[in-house]
Amino acid sequence: MYKILEKKTLNANTKQMIIDAPHVAKKALPGQFIILRVDEDGERIPLTIASYDREKGTIMIIFQEVGATTKQLGQLNVGDCLHDFVGPLGRASELEGLQKVAVVGGGLGCAIAYPQAKALHEMGAEVDLIAGFRNKDIIILEDEMRQASTRLHLVTDDGSNGRKALVTEVLKELIDAGNQYDAVIAIGPMIMMKFVCETTRPYGIKTIVSMNSTMVDGTGMCGGCRLTVGGETKFACVDGPDFDGHLVDFDESMRRSAMYRQQERDALEHECNMHKMEVQ
Amino acid sequence: MPNMSLNKVPMPEQEPNIRNKNFEEVTTGYTPEMAIEEAQRCLNCKHKPCVSGCPVGVQIPEFIALVAEGKFLEAAAKIKETSALPAVCGRVCPQETQCEQKCVRAIKGEAVGIGRLERFVADYAMAHDTSKKEKPEPNGHKVAVVGAGPAGLTCAGDLARKGYAVTVFEALHTAGGVLMYGIPEFRLPKAIVQKEIETLKELGVTFVLNFVVGRSETIDDLFADGYEAVFVGSGAGLPTFMRIPGENYNGVYSANEYLTRVNLMKAYKKDSNTPIHRAKKVAIVGGGNVAMDAARCAKRMGAEEVYIVYRRGESELPARLEEIHHAKEEGIIFKFLTAPLEVLGNEETYLVTGLKCQQMELGEPDESGRRRPVPVAGSEFVLDLDAVIVAIGTSPNPLIRSTTPGLDTNKRGCIVADEDNGITSKDGVFAGGDAVTGAATVILAMGAGKRAAAAMDEYIQNKN
Repeated sequence: MYKILEKKTLNANTKQMIIDAPHVAKKALPGQFIILRVDEDGERIPLTIASYDREKGTIMIIFQEVGATTKQLGQLNVGDCLHDFVGPLGRASELEGLQKVAVVGGGLGCAIAYPQAKALHEMGAEVDLIAGFRNKDIIILEDEMRQASTRLHLVTDDGSNGRKALVTEVLKELIDAGNQYDAVIAIGPMIMMKFVCETTRPYGIKTIVSMNSTMVDGTGMCGGCRLTVGGETKFACVDGPDFDGHLVDFDESMRRSAMYRQQERDALEHECNMHKMEVQ
Repeated sequence: MPNMSLNKVPMPEQEPNIRNKNFEEVTTGYTPEMAIEEAQRCLNCKHKPCVSGCPVGVQIPEFIALVAEGKFLEAAAKIKETSALPAVCGRVCPQETQCEQKCVRAIKGEAVGIGRLERFVADYAMAHDTSKKEKPEPNGHKVAVVGAGPAGLTCAGDLARKGYAVTVFEALHTAGGVLMYGIPEFRLPKAIVQKEIETLKELGVTFVLNFVVGRSETIDDLFADGYEAVFVGSGAGLPTFMRIPGENYNGVYSANEYLTRVNLMKAYKKDSNTPIHRAKKVAIVGGGNVAMDAARCAKRMGAEEVYIVYRRGESELPARLEEIHHAKEEGIIFKFLTAPLEVLGNEETYLVTGLKCQQMELGEPDESGRRRPVPVAGSEFVLDLDAVIVAIGTSPNPLIRSTTPGLDTNKRGCIVADEDNGITSKDGVFAGGDAVTGAATVILAMGAGKRAAAAMDEYIQNKN
């Protein structure tokens, strides 16, 4: 069993937890993920490792309560235990040798962009961190991101905090202003990653994206997380989750990620009804 | 005087049209009377041809003689001398190509129902054996087993019985490997697998779940942690896809994913929230046991039309005869000499709509000795479908080979290991099962686990 040691609400539906998982913390690296199950009959869900503490043997996860399982997870409190917590899974991000990087995070993706920026920053790289949110109410990790970057460019879609702009506009301006990046790292909704890749493609800047596909086991067994990269089938769990964004077929991946949307809605409704019944 | 009936005592089973709507076990097992009657068909041959057909060398005539005398617990103990998982083997072994194929009674009539008797004895012992298992005297040595599937469980059991402190590392949240995630409930009830695992725990085996060797720790880390030898039984988990257009439409599953969702993630239970596509018309591509399992699961999950699409003929089907027979009875439609060309889908919804196929005919034998299927010109046709399940095989997982320097693998990604003892190119590392052979059967994996356990014992004893 894996105990919840800390819990923090980052915004209305995003929570952060620190989990006691020494086996995972021992080897975790930026870019890797874990799979958890809340209870004995639970679904296996993948979450990227937001940070780790090898000495304390802990892992930080950040999640948005969007589905039945994440809602259930959000209801747990400090002292409660998760039934299963396995990792670190996936390949670690290849950050070695990068000296100047633009890290682009969108919404919850900032929870994953943050550890990457932090690792780069600690390695001595110059980091432009571009963080985009829909509005001011959902901004997370602002202080942490500021500390983990050379410059933080915080933008919102509606201008309710910071500049009103899309992350791609900021990125393009930075490139056009003469910043020579060794790489751009983009993490967020697939549509955002797709447009970041379109932005960098004409400049030929290496662009790395993190593909958070639907998966079951996370060890290469199910193939549910497959995507097309450069015309070849790859598994996000063992070949990724990081890929060369200029080679990823985002349109296919976006359509694959929508596969269970209706069932996920049904499951949520089922949970809500159960909850109503309990209340009654 | 033996029972000279030419046929086996029939196995009681659920009616096809009832069982294809539930996940209860298909065959319900012999009664003690039936078991004794069937056991009396054994001629107790002196040269024991059946034993030579068993990958783990179960003392078949001896245990059957005990059954004939009604000594069921003694019969169970006799099997357990050599087999770690009798209740599993009695259900899923391809006996017709192993022990029963060698049975003298099969020369005229049917072989003795060795598998049915093994299952009866194992189930009887599970229900009636209340004796407390004694933990073997510890010998002070620590060994690790990677993967809690049939190979790993067998290896762990044999080493624990010799007094080793055995730790089994399993990546999933449940021990059992393919016995849990792959083979469906109606063919191998999960409670039985769990009981076999409990027996190993009683012997002192420790299970560490949610632990991915190759990620959580490497094999070299295990040695650094004090394990003196490591057995790798990590299986062949990586699904192969067909590499035809349309394969990434929503509704195309690997058999691994489909079976895992249904079995391990319990999508078969009515109140399960596990997402799965409730398809009405499904085609399974492939002709092995996994294809049969997927087809029969799809039927039970409510599909009206379920096809097996197989590019060779019926006699080439690699599945066990019993599975083919049961699948047919349950209404699975077989499309032999049929090769898939393209998965068709709806560009708006991105859902599968069909499978474009081509008729084949058998040509000259290929390198496998089977006649090679060749396409019939102009024979393309479309099956209307809403799901396609790909069951054309699996290959070993890259996690261990990519993180274990000094461990040789072949070009298919299989670990190179000596068939007789599981010895690999890396000192102290032994391997067996699908990780070495590529996808094969439960019993072959068990045999490999058993031989490796003996070799590991020898390795450690010689070192000290």
